[in-house]
Order: sequence, then C-alpha cells, then structure tokens
Amino acid sequence: MSTQTLTETKPEPKVTLELALEHGLTKEEYEKILQILGRVPTYTELGIYSVMWSEHCSYKNSIAMLKTLPRSGGRLLVGAGEENAGLIDIGDGLAVAFKIESHNHPSAVEPYQGAATGVGGIMRDIFTMGARPIASLNSLRFGNLTDKRVKHLFKNVVKGIGDYGNSFGVPTVAGEIYFDDCYRDNPLVNAMAVGIVETNKVAKAIAKGLGNLVLIVGSSTGRDGIHGATFASEEISEASEAKRPSVQVGDPFTEKLLLEATLEAIGQGLIVGIQDMGAAGLTCSSTEMSAKGNSGMEMNLDNVPLREEAMTSYEILLSESQERMLLVVKPENEEAVSKIFRKWDLEVSVIGKVTGGEFVSIYQNGELKAKVPAETLVLGGGAPVYHRETKEPTYLATVKQFDPGTLPIPNDFNAVLLKLLAAPNIANKGWATRQYDSKVRSNTVAEPFSDAAIIRLKGTNKALAVKTDCNGRYVYLNPRRGAQIAVAESARNVVCTGGLPLGITNCLNFGNPYDPEVYWQFKEAVGGIGDACRVFETPVTGGNVSFYNESPDAAVYPTPVIGMVGLVENMRHVTRNYFSNPGDIIILLGKFGEEVGGSEYLYQATGKVIGDAPGLDLNYEKRLQELCLKLIRAGIITSAHDVSEGGLAVSLAESCMGSGQPIGAAIERLPDGIQRLDFALFGESQSRIIITVRLDDLTRTEDMIKSDDIDFTVLGQVTPEPRLIIGKAINIPIESARSAYVNAIPTLMSE
Amino acid sequence: MSKLKVGIVVFPGSNRDHDAQYAMESVMKLETRLIWHKEGSVGDVDAVILPGGFSYGDYLRCGAIARFSPIMTDVVRFAKSGGIVMGICNGFQILAEAGLLPGVLLRNESLKFVCDFINLRVENNQTRFSSQCNQGDVLRVLIAHGDGNYFAEPDTVKRLEDNRQIVFRYCDERGNVTKESSPNGSINNIAGIINEQGNVLGMMPHPENAVEPVMGSSDGRKIFESLVESFVYHSLSA
Repeated sequence: MSTQTLTETKPEPKVTLELALEHGLTKEEYEKILQILGRVPTYTELGIYSVMWSEHCSYKNSIAMLKTLPRSGGRLLVGAGEENAGLIDIGDGLAVAFKIESHNHPSAVEPYQGAATGVGGIMRDIFTMGARPIASLNSLRFGNLTDKRVKHLFKNVVKGIGDYGNSFGVPTVAGEIYFDDCYRDNPLVNAMAVGIVETNKVAKAIAKGLGNLVLIVGSSTGRDGIHGATFASEEISEASEAKRPSVQVGDPFTEKLLLEATLEAIGQGLIVGIQDMGAAGLTCSSTEMSAKGNSGMEMNLDNVPLREEAMTSYEILLSESQERMLLVVKPENEEAVSKIFRKWDLEVSVIGKVTGGEFVSIYQNGELKAKVPAETLVLGGGAPVYHRETKEPTYLATVKQFDPGTLPIPNDFNAVLLKLLAAPNIANKGWATRQYDSKVRSNTVAEPFSDAAIIRLKGTNKALAVKTDCNGRYVYLNPRRGAQIAVAESARNVVCTGGLPLGITNCLNFGNPYDPEVYWQFKEAVGGIGDACRVFETPVTGGNVSFYNESPDAAVYPTPVIGMVGLVENMRHVTRNYFSNPGDIIILLGKFGEEVGGSEYLYQATGKVIGDAPGLDLNYEKRLQELCLKLIRAGIITSAHDVSEGGLAVSLAESCMGSGQPIGAAIERLPDGIQRLDFALFGESQSRIIITVRLDDLTRTEDMIKSDDIDFTVLGQVTPEPRLIIGKAINIPIESARSAYVNAIPTLMSE
Repeated sequence: MSKLKVGIVVFPGSNRDHDAQYAMESVMKLETRLIWHKEGSVGDVDAVILPGGFSYGDYLRCGAIARFSPIMTDVVRFAKSGGIVMGICNGFQILAEAGLLPGVLLRNESLKFVCDFINLRVENNQTRFSSQCNQGDVLRVLIAHGDGNYFAEPDTVKRLEDNRQIVFRYCDERGNVTKESSPNGSINNIAGIINEQGNVLGMMPHPENAVEPVMGSSDGRKIFESLVESFVYHSLSA
C-alpha cells in the first residue's frame, strides 16, 4: 500500500512553453491554457491538459468531420459520444451496447500487452454501462507475412487477444485479418466488444449530487502507461521503442472480478455514475464525469491505492494502469458498494466527493496540486477543435492510370484459384482463431469467419449478427467509395447470416492529420461512411479515431474499420454460408461484373494495388440486401455467402469447403457477353451474394427476385461429388482447394 | 425421485460456470446452485461440478491456488464420502492439484491455446459418467484450453489403464486413437479419467458446450444423462 507519505517526492519541473511543447501541446494551445487559468499551470495541470487535449482524448482533428455522420435515429437509445459506448434497442427490454477501439501504437512496440489491453479496455467501455459483454471481435492488419518481424507481431497480437479474452470469459467470435506491406511497422489492432443490458439498468458516466462520494475501485495504480494517450498521438518511429513503458500491462483475472463486481453494484442500483479508466486514467474519468454532470469534484490522491512508492500527483493522474473504475455513489450506499468490491477481492477507496462549481481540485499531501475547470478539458467543451487543410493526394492519378486490358490472360485458371485461396488475405485464418475461445457462455451459433458471427440471446428467440469489415486497398484507391464499400459489405455479411443491420461503430485508422493528403483521405472516407449509413439506416453509435499510423516510409492505407451489429429476429433465420444439400440450385444475386481494381487477383498478378475501387450503387445494394433478407425470412434460402476478396470463384470454393462433408458445385451457365473470364471469376465487383435454394423453390425464388427488380443468374447446382467445376475454366477437387486454403498461413508461420 | 441438485463452484476467474448452469438447468432440467468459493460447505447437493475458466487467473500452475479455496476442503470431504464430483477443464486441473485425481495437466504440446471441436472415444461405458454411451462411441465435443496435456508417471498410467479409469480418449472421426487426433499431446491420448472409486471425473473437453444442436453438437448430453441415470439406478438399488 502507499508509503508515499514517508518518502520525499521529487521536486516538480518548472512549467514553460518548452515543457508544454515537449508534452505535445502547440504554442497556441499552451497560450489557451494560460488564458483559461489566468496563470501558469502547475506541472500536474500541464500533464492534465496535455493528455486531455491529445488527439486520442480530444478528437480535436476529427470531431468536426465526425459530426457529419448520422448519429441518431432508428433504435438508437444512446447516441455517439454521449456515453462510453452506443446503445441500440433490440426489444424484450434489452439493448445492445457496442464499440470498437484501436490499440495500434502499443501493439507496434509491445504486441502481446498492446493487444491484450486493447481487448480489456473495450470490454470496460461495455460493462461500465451495466452491460454484460457477450462477444469480442477484432480487426487486424499486418505487413507481409514472409517478414520475420511481422510474424512476431502477428503471433503475439493473436496470443495477447486470446489470453485476455479467453481468461476474461467472453467469446472472440469474429473479425478480419489482412496483410499488406504498408502495415509492416505500424500494425492495426482494433478491438470491438458487444454487450447486452436491460434498458432500465443502463449506467451513466456522470458525476452529480452535491456531497456524493467518489470511489476508485479495481487494481491499484502504478506508473504503467503514463502518457499512453499522448504516445498514441504521434507517429511510430525508431524512438517509439523507448516508449515501451507507455504500454500498459493487462490482467484479465482482475478485469473478470471487476466485471462481476461492477455488474452486481449497478444491478442493485447503488451507482450514481461510473466510468472506466482507459486513456488518461483518473484524469479523463474524473473530468469527463464532472463536465457531464455540470459538477465540481474534489479528490485526495493520498487515498488512491498505489502499487509503487513515491508517485507524484502528475503520475497518479496520468497513470493508465488497467482494470480500474471511478464510481460516484451516494454516501449511504458506500458501505454496500465497498462490500461488493471487497467480496471480489478488489481494492475500493473513497478518494473524493462531488462539489458545486466547475472545478476539479486535486490534493496530495495536503497541497492543492491542480484546480482546473472540467468543462475546458473535454471534447464538446473547451478542448480544441480543428478544421485541417485537405489536398487530393497525387498518387490517385497514378494508380488510376492502370489499364486492366494490358494484363495477360492466365493459361491455367485452376492455378490462379489455388493461388488466391492460399493468399494470406483470403486463406483460412484458423491458425489465429483457433487460439480464441469462441464458444464460452455457449451462445455462439456460427463458426468464426463465417459471413458474420451469430450470438443467440438466451431467453429470447433472437440473436445478434456481428461483423467487422474494411478493405483498406479500396479505401486507398478511392477513399469515399472504399468507405462506402466497408459499410455495405459489413451490412451484406449481417444480412447473409439472417440479420437486419441496426447500427455501426467505426474505428478510423489514418496517418498524420497534419498532412493535407492524409486529411483529404479522412474527410472523404468519413463522407463515404455517412453516405452509406444514411442509405442503410444504420446510425453511427460511436467509435474511435486513430491518427498517426505511419512508419518511416509512409502512412498506412486509410483503414476505416466498420463494426456492424444486426438483429436476427428469429433463430430460424440463421443462415450458413456454405453448401450442404446436393441438388440445391446456386444463384448469383446481383450483376456479373468484371472489375479488378484493387483486387487480390490484380495484386497477385502484378504485385501492385492499382486501379479504381469497384463501383457501388448504394440504393441498389440496399435493395439487394432487402431481397436477400426477405428470401431468408421466407425460409427459402439454404445458404448465403457474399462475394468479396477473390471474387466469384473464391466465394464458390469457400461455400464448398464449409460443411466438412464432401460436397461440390457445378457451374455450367455463365452469362453471355463476358469480356474477360478471369475478371468475371476473380474480379471483386460489389453487391453480389451467392445463394442456394432447393430445386422445388426455384420458380418461387425467381419470381420474388424479379418482382424486386434485382439482377440474378442461375449458376448451377450443388453436387455430391467434391469438385468445383466452373464451365471449362475451372475443375478442381475440393480437397486441393481446402489444402491451399487451410495450410497457407500455418506454413508461412512455421517457416 | 425428486430433481437432482447440482452444485457449481464459482472460483474467482471461473468463466464456464454459467455454461455449466445452463446445461444442467435449461437443458438437463436439473436444479442447480452456484457455490461461492468462500463458502465452507457444498450444502445439500447431489453432485458438484468444478467448472472451466482461469481460477485466480491461473498465473501460477493451473488450479494450484484454487485448491486452497475454502470450499475445497468440503469438496474433498464430499468426494471422499462418495459424492459425485465432476471437474471440467480448469476443474480437472483443480482436482489433479487437490490430489483427488492422479497426474497433472501440462501446457499443450503446441504451446498454444486451442478452441475447437474434437472427437472423444468412450473407453469405459461402465461408469457413472458414461453409462448412456456405447463402448467405443465417438463423441464430438468442444475443447478450449492451453494446459490440457495430461501427464502421469508410467506406473500411474499403467494403473489407470489396468483399472479402466480412462473414460475418454482423443480420437479421429472414425474412432482411431492416433497421435494426430490429440489436440494437446496428452499421454495415451487421455482426455478424461475417474478415480478408483468411480465417483470423481476429470475431463478437459467441455460436454456442457455440446448439449444442443445450436451449439454444434449434442453429444455432451450423453455424459450428463449418464450422471442422471446413475442416480436413478443408485436410488432404486438403495
């Protein structure tokens, strides 16, 4: 426990402009602080402003753009930015809380802990609201898997996610993993959590009620993660290695105890307000809760349980030690709350009280260390808001000059297909997902890496369909349309499993916002997300922006990851993405396209990411999805799988490999007028779903498709013989497809 | 006979306590009671389940701390007096640490956590946990562990084999016990064992995650049905 009263703390550095600049603040920002306080800030106050006004906490360079997104409507109960996570009503008195967040920078220097604490942080955002986490997803990007360092990052990020989630006891059910050279030094590690809460038991992140007590619960506070938020607001460089101490250390066991204790306390109605301590720790939680409640707060740091000696007020306030929560409770409930947390062997300590006025005042050793108006620190209050300069990137003209006609037609389509199935971006990700407990709590219906994961809601006949999506190559080639596609595909995945898309959370991974070309990408991508979400009626419930994803060479591809949550109204609607009945008729919903821009096929053939992103008509996409869901709800569809990376041929091969029993497909009919068969089979045109129906239902299906005016092609039939046959172009045993698909990543990882 | 009552011990860090409760209560229609690890007695239950999870975080050897939980004294008493005790995954590790079952669970040979459906061959259907299976039945059940690599000294393994205390072995889809079919490197592909008296079972796989088609398999039901049946049989013969 704390022995600090016995030990002299170091003298504090003198606060100057130079010191402020070292803290990542600008000259203008420092002057604004002088103006707000009417004096030079103390060292502790400088620390507080620097983290609260860091990009990570303040969203200063993104918030103006984010406000253009549709952030209300539909079944939204809590809008973006109002609480720790968004909240959507799903009926039966239940709501789903979900959010995605990045942990890219910590994972770049310390992949295991970086990824683990990414999972831990997002889980706390969910259970802080009183919701029990029921699913974990992650969206990962790494460099080329032949690179030794990339293998190290991949292996340890996966282990970190697994070890944290497995122990914490939440199933890791879905996600995506992509490999591209641009992510070599700066991997992307985005973690998403989904939770369920009874609508009348939602907790708020607010400090109110004069004289109410402020409690810190959970782990004790150490020096780990100090300035993690500031670190996340810089580019990765060789100096980053020295920031390893900025990475926090995770303890899933304590988090599990914290979860159970927190839900118990919230469930018994003992909590006025609660916020988890993530980025900027005690500083962020106390000032945000105060600002939200229009309250002041007084805290005495002598009462914060510490795990290290002689910690200064600066260090305690900026520590990002994990597995901690800040609670506001009525004095009469303090004993009951303490009893619950002690039952779970957790620290609990009263560290302050809610006061009138606007100031958060912080004392240590009887000295006033900081006195700051809460409102001036927070997003939506006094935190800076910038509109950055934009400039269309010059590379766009170059990449679009590509003429696909110059690409030679391959001789051996079988070889192309096998190569695509073995491409790490397409290949089976079981090497990673088998390390995740995807079944704990026994609610997981579909397997990982089906079109979307299905989590049933026990006690109802409903389920959630959840998925993350983003093809960074498309966004690189065409930021606006690439972002639209990310939303469209995540919705399509949810629809293919039988769910109605309800809302999204997003994690916007971009380069340095002060680079006008990067900011142009950002602005366009946010615009694209907005376009798509308005058409699909899926509001943005919140999320996270991660800038400064750069390494010495260049920025990563702009990667706005979309986390989509949908509702399966009836468990009967749950639809698999693989063939299981020989004799079923295979139908392509949507148009036959020949677009290869940004495709894996083009990358395999040329080693380049070139061309334009595939076209997308949002209204057509929406009508296509509505039709697919209508067919599913009518009980007609026996499988549905969207066409994405690798195109039609890869999707068909995937559908033949899913069931584990020997099954194949024979595609005899391809539409007339195909210019390039390789583009038709391997191109990545959007708005396409492969469905199967029973032969008896074919006429009925065709009538329904026609009446909705959606293009379709009856492709062929599911066969008992385990071969994939596509016209005269492709004829391979499913076993060789499976071998290429399943062995690719394990082979690379064992080299 | 009145409803069987199953006690499920909740250690700090248990995370399949709810899975076990759901399987027992909602699927098997038995009565359940969650027993907090700080309690001194298992109470008036007919059987005790030590569920899966990471008790105390398992930062030390798995199950090594949990065996010292207050409740464990009474679990040992309950087992010694013939009470039915079933340890699943982390529960198996705890039973081994507590000395109620021989051997230890080492790190998986791959050094990786593995979550997947695997096949189990029923090696002895004359037990209170397997009577509703046929000898040699292949059950499809989930595993989810990083430390499931069963090991014991050769004479202990021989004794287990001779006494037919090995109830389940990892096998392939056709029931062949091969090295490749073991997900963790367990000696003799051992997946589940009983004590000499036959009232304590430890198994790494999760039958509670295989009790409904929606879970991907219902084969785990046979294990719980055997448990229920054994009480019917015992109460009739009593």
